[in-house]
Amino acid sequence: MSRLDFAATVYFFATIGGAMVLRVMSLFPSMDVFNPDWIVLVLIYWSIALPERFGVFSAWSIGLLTDVLTGRLLGQYALIYALICYFSINEHRRLRQFPMVQQCVFVFLCLFASQSIIFGTESMQAGNRLPLAFWYPVLSGTLVWPLVFVVLRYIRVMARIV
Amino acid sequence: MLVIDYRSERLERLRSLLSVFTYPLQSLASLPVDFYQTVSGTVISFVELQKENRRLKEAQFVNDTKLLKFAALEKENTRLRMLLENSFQLGEQVLVAELVSVKLAPYEHTVVVNKGSRFGVHPEQPVLDANGIVGQVVRALPSSSEVMLITDPDHAIPVQVNRNGLRTIAFGTGQPNRLHLPFLANNADIVPGDLLVTSGLGGVFPAGYPVAVVDKFEARPDKSFANIYATPKAELDKSREFLIVWSHSTPVVLGEPGKAPVEPEPKGAENVAP
Repeated sequence: MSRLDFAATVYFFATIGGAMVLRVMSLFPSMDVFNPDWIVLVLIYWSIALPERFGVFSAWSIGLLTDVLTGRLLGQYALIYALICYFSINEHRRLRQFPMVQQCVFVFLCLFASQSIIFGTESMQAGNRLPLAFWYPVLSGTLVWPLVFVVLRYIRVMARIV
Repeated sequence: MLVIDYRSERLERLRSLLSVFTYPLQSLASLPVDFYQTVSGTVISFVELQKENRRLKEAQFVNDTKLLKFAALEKENTRLRMLLENSFQLGEQVLVAELVSVKLAPYEHTVVVNKGSRFGVHPEQPVLDANGIVGQVVRALPSSSEVMLITDPDHAIPVQVNRNGLRTIAFGTGQPNRLHLPFLANNADIVPGDLLVTSGLGGVFPAGYPVAVVDKFEARPDKSFANIYATPKAELDKSREFLIVWSHSTPVVLGEPGKAPVEPEPKGAENVAP
């Protein structure tokens, strides 16, 4: 069992690392405004799939790393990810039964809440200066959720993580 | 925690520590773009190389000739300063930093460069490229630092019109290649084509570097201030190498007018220059 646990941890960190790379990558500069928050999608998946292994504290630490990665105030993403992770773990039984469309609605709400919190903290620093494009990642994140879900489930089934 | 980070510097150590983990991820993210740049730089036609070589040689020739004069001018400047008994000289040293192709937040004009506090970079340092002011360092991590461009909506830079010394402030607009000058009256002496240079006020940017060229003057009869827009001189979206500048005023030793004055070398100029 401990070997399996180890493998699960490795896969978990590999996917999170991949999501972080995708988060800051800018392959097509014109598409940057649509780049969704990949990390939160991966976090939602793992908290639905492995709620007993994965907790609010790990989401908080990953959020802290994301803050440093993207140069935000320390604690901003930590707060957001901990909240989202808490709700996903709370609802994981229901979420597993949901059809894809309903899952997308849940992801949309999560992303919208997270972007609203960012909006709040950014406005706290300096007036209202965020353009409409600030909200695009919410939509694009919702649209790529099925893809993330399928890919991560494939990885999880291949690695036989339960 | 958010408030502590916003109001004080106490969490900087934690941030530096965590950046040890995030910097490899950033480098990894910038790999594909760097690779593309390298390939497109390698696969360049012979004719184009020849053309570029000729152009560079010509530019080098012109610059050399200018430099010849520059040495004489520098001496003359020191002499004149001696007459004025103004013994301060702006010593500047630079560090070349390369862009890491990552996008932190799409709604901000902030870029990451690959030199950090290990090289002595600190916040509020001006950053230039070959054509003009790029922005300023806002946060220095051990091996990378974040540079806010002058087009960021949060950024303002004190400038003056090169032609007549009219001083004002240029704000970023959030659009690439656009600056806004909101504090000039409708009858201000400024026309499209005027070069804006840094005025040196505010203490962050050294004086005299080109910032932008005015491209639109829009008088508003109903308001007291005109709408003026300018295009940055620096190629903000194309440059991949930036110069981080240390500027400090060091006193010049005033010698006799007959013999050449000895100028103290800025400390560490050799080991910082790449």
